[in-house]
Amino acid sequence: MPRPRAGRRMTTTPAPGPGVDPSGLGPEKRASFIERYGISQRAEGLAAPLITTVLAFLVGGLVVLVTTGKNPLTTYRAIFEGAGFSWFFDLGSNRVGLPFSDATIWFPWNVSDAESVAAANLQQTLIVTTTLILTGLTVAFAFRCGMFNIGGQGQYLAGSIWAVWIGSSFSGLNPFLHIVLAIAVATLGGAVWAGIAGFLKATVGAHEVITTIMLNWVAIWVGSFLFGLGGPLQNDLQSSVPISNDVVENAFLPVFWGDALLQGLHVGLFLALAALVVYWGVLNRTTLGYGVRAVGFNPEAARYGGIGVARNYFLAMAISGAFAGLAGAIDVLGWQHRLSTSDIQTSQLGFIGIAVALLGRNTAVGVALAALLFGSLVTGTSTRNLDPEIFQPELASNLTLLIQGLVVLFVGADILVLWLLRRARGRR
Amino acid sequence: MSERPLVLEMRNITKRFPGIVANDDVSFDLRKGEVHALLGENGAGKSTLMNILYGLYHPDEGEILINGKQVRLGSPDAAIEAGVGMVHQHFMLIPVMTVAENIVLAAEPTYNGVLLDFGEAEQRVRELSERFGLSVDPRARIEDITVGQQQRVEILKALYRNAQILALDEPTAVLTPQEARELFEIVRGLTEQGTSIVFISHKLREVAEIADRITVLRRGKLVETLPAEGATEASLARLMVGRDVLLRVDKTQAHPAEPLLTVDDLHVVDDRAIEQVKGVSFEVRAGEIVGIAGIDGNGQTELIDAMTGLRKPLSGTVTVAGEVVTSASVQEHFDAGLGHVPEDRQRRGLVLEFSIAENIAVHDFRSAPDSRLGWLFPRRLLERAVRLIKEFDVRGGGARTRAGGLSGGNQQKVVLAREIDRDPRVLIAAQPTRGLDVGAIEFVHRRLVEERDEGRGVLLVSLELEEILSLSDRILVLYEGELVGEFPSTVTEEELGVAMTGGGRAKEAVA
Repeated sequence: MPRPRAGRRMTTTPAPGPGVDPSGLGPEKRASFIERYGISQRAEGLAAPLITTVLAFLVGGLVVLVTTGKNPLTTYRAIFEGAGFSWFFDLGSNRVGLPFSDATIWFPWNVSDAESVAAANLQQTLIVTTTLILTGLTVAFAFRCGMFNIGGQGQYLAGSIWAVWIGSSFSGLNPFLHIVLAIAVATLGGAVWAGIAGFLKATVGAHEVITTIMLNWVAIWVGSFLFGLGGPLQNDLQSSVPISNDVVENAFLPVFWGDALLQGLHVGLFLALAALVVYWGVLNRTTLGYGVRAVGFNPEAARYGGIGVARNYFLAMAISGAFAGLAGAIDVLGWQHRLSTSDIQTSQLGFIGIAVALLGRNTAVGVALAALLFGSLVTGTSTRNLDPEIFQPELASNLTLLIQGLVVLFVGADILVLWLLRRARGRR
Repeated sequence: MSERPLVLEMRNITKRFPGIVANDDVSFDLRKGEVHALLGENGAGKSTLMNILYGLYHPDEGEILINGKQVRLGSPDAAIEAGVGMVHQHFMLIPVMTVAENIVLAAEPTYNGVLLDFGEAEQRVRELSERFGLSVDPRARIEDITVGQQQRVEILKALYRNAQILALDEPTAVLTPQEARELFEIVRGLTEQGTSIVFISHKLREVAEIADRITVLRRGKLVETLPAEGATEASLARLMVGRDVLLRVDKTQAHPAEPLLTVDDLHVVDDRAIEQVKGVSFEVRAGEIVGIAGIDGNGQTELIDAMTGLRKPLSGTVTVAGEVVTSASVQEHFDAGLGHVPEDRQRRGLVLEFSIAENIAVHDFRSAPDSRLGWLFPRRLLERAVRLIKEFDVRGGGARTRAGGLSGGNQQKVVLAREIDRDPRVLIAAQPTRGLDVGAIEFVHRRLVEERDEGRGVLLVSLELEEILSLSDRILVLYEGELVGEFPSTVTEEELGVAMTGGGRAKEAVA
């Protein structure tokens, strides 16, 4: 008789197995968040994150209904349009020639449209998505090594700061070299920032959650000092504004869709997509990734097998931070072009990366989809996109944070989702 | 026996978990003053049935009658109320509290319903232990008494709550042979006074010895309920596994050759800097199996860790096939020709979330042919796994199957396959059959003897005396971090038992 494949259910139920106490009678051990998260991650493929998302949106809709009395569906529709997705539907009836033939096909969107409101919104959505893919990978990579890197924000800022410094210096440099240099140094900057936490964990066992949170604050205040009034990197021309020098135009990332002057979509998107491939490849096709995953799943077994656990903690953390540093560089070179102290203190994209990784279950595809979801929410609820008639601007941007919080909550409460799933299955 | 009334009837119990039927129409009854053994391999459904009795699970179908009355055991409280007591394999005692405090916990005698009455508690515990012949000092702290005594405390705890039906879950697993003998005396004493006992075990010999009747479960189903009289180990094994099983290991005379593993005056401390291995010296030669016997916690773990590079010894040397590896890394130990079947395959031996193929590569993934310049070739991992799965008859999945989805026996086969395929000179096997069922034990034992005959040195560290006795060519006894004796394989279990408890050294004073 064929056994059920790869123990999908075995992990969620106390299936009697040798060596484990099948009764669940043994000393009840409260699983840590990471352990429970690991369970949910293995448990239910695609279903659980979808349910999580739907639940979050349902509760979010309820909040809209209660606080504003407006129809939540209208609100969500407004967010959908505000994120630019109407671009795909509004402009039907376009025909596009197929290459190497005379045939034309109908196209549901107008590829020549780069400047309509919908197009501009979609570009913004994708710009944010780019960053979130990378900050999501930051959290995801550390997770795969069994660590919770909450310091994505600080590592992102470290990357931003290095990028803005290099981008605004060396004005005579070849544009390509200038961009590569800024990105490389910023990526390294993020890696070093996270590497500090990894090093501390590897050597003295300092918990990465504590150290990365602390390093976030260090990054925020170092940035505030550098670009604040009288700071060493404050703007040379406007001595009364707490802001960095502008990145020279040569070091801007090229815009390939939309108006370069109006924050069109820059090529950073492709770097983020490449990072997804790198993430998958490193984890699944390299000895480094094998070690990282082994340590993440079971450090004791990894040690027994001859894998250096401490070394992998350090490396995984540094690589994790590299993704965040890259995100910072891409934002600075792609659309920010300067950093103000208030940018540094209010930026959230590093933190949203946590929700992205949780919802995306630390897989490359999952992170990409979750980043798109949160990118759309961030853009779709930004106040300039919303009609105050539909709902109050005060609620608008908070709704993103609300849904983000709910997602983290529901992923944390995976037991609830799994329970719902199991009930559904039991009925079948 | 038939004139005694039935105190417990479990009729047609069915319990399903997603993907598995843990109990399939199982019926079980218990007469007053009887020992009824529940026998079965791991995963046969013994624990599930007992957890239903103890109110932890609710049966999907079937009914439970206690003293002829139908009961609904919704929780352990309800079960205790109905007169059911349970002694779990892992004791549920609070180490820093005294025996008396532990026993009366949650049902404490009080002054005026408010203040605890410790004097009364001690008095009652004394009465109980005298009545049932379970000697313990009510004032001793749990952490200061032996495991056997702790077990008595667990039994007293159940008796204190007026348990008429007492379920003992694998009670001898943690005991020395002497302690097991004492436990059997206690069990007999209890039944004489009218307590009925469910004795859960997978050890054939003790079941045949202690039980009046035996119920055998296999894969959730009732195989047979039979009187213990006339049951032999072989007949029980056949019922349990469903086929004839070789209980004794067939092996020829050993021909020891050159020493392959030499340990010289090894001292090792544990994580709390307490010295657990105190000057151990021995050697394992090619073509012999050396068994290290001892009660759990006498330095086995630290000794193994030190020999395999997982823990740096304080002093002394470890030599593997002529190479001194005392302070070498784990990987260097493996490279020197060591194979290591760790004592806990789920915590150490395997990454349960990894596939079989990935698990098999755990020592080799850094080098060719598994990888080159840091680039991994999953296809080669799979190819090797497919070959070993066939060679070691791993069932329940293919090379891509998650190791955690395999049964314990098959998990152990994966570990064995990995270690043996690297062609080690010395194989250290720690508790290689722990938690395995009879069929898998047979496989592991046969394989270890084969490796010996191939000319490898095998060091077997086990808590199971029977295993040590049937496999080893020489037996060393580890007691409190020292080797206290060396015996030929013809030694009796009793002699070993004496050495394992300090060989005549007065140890009673500790309690």
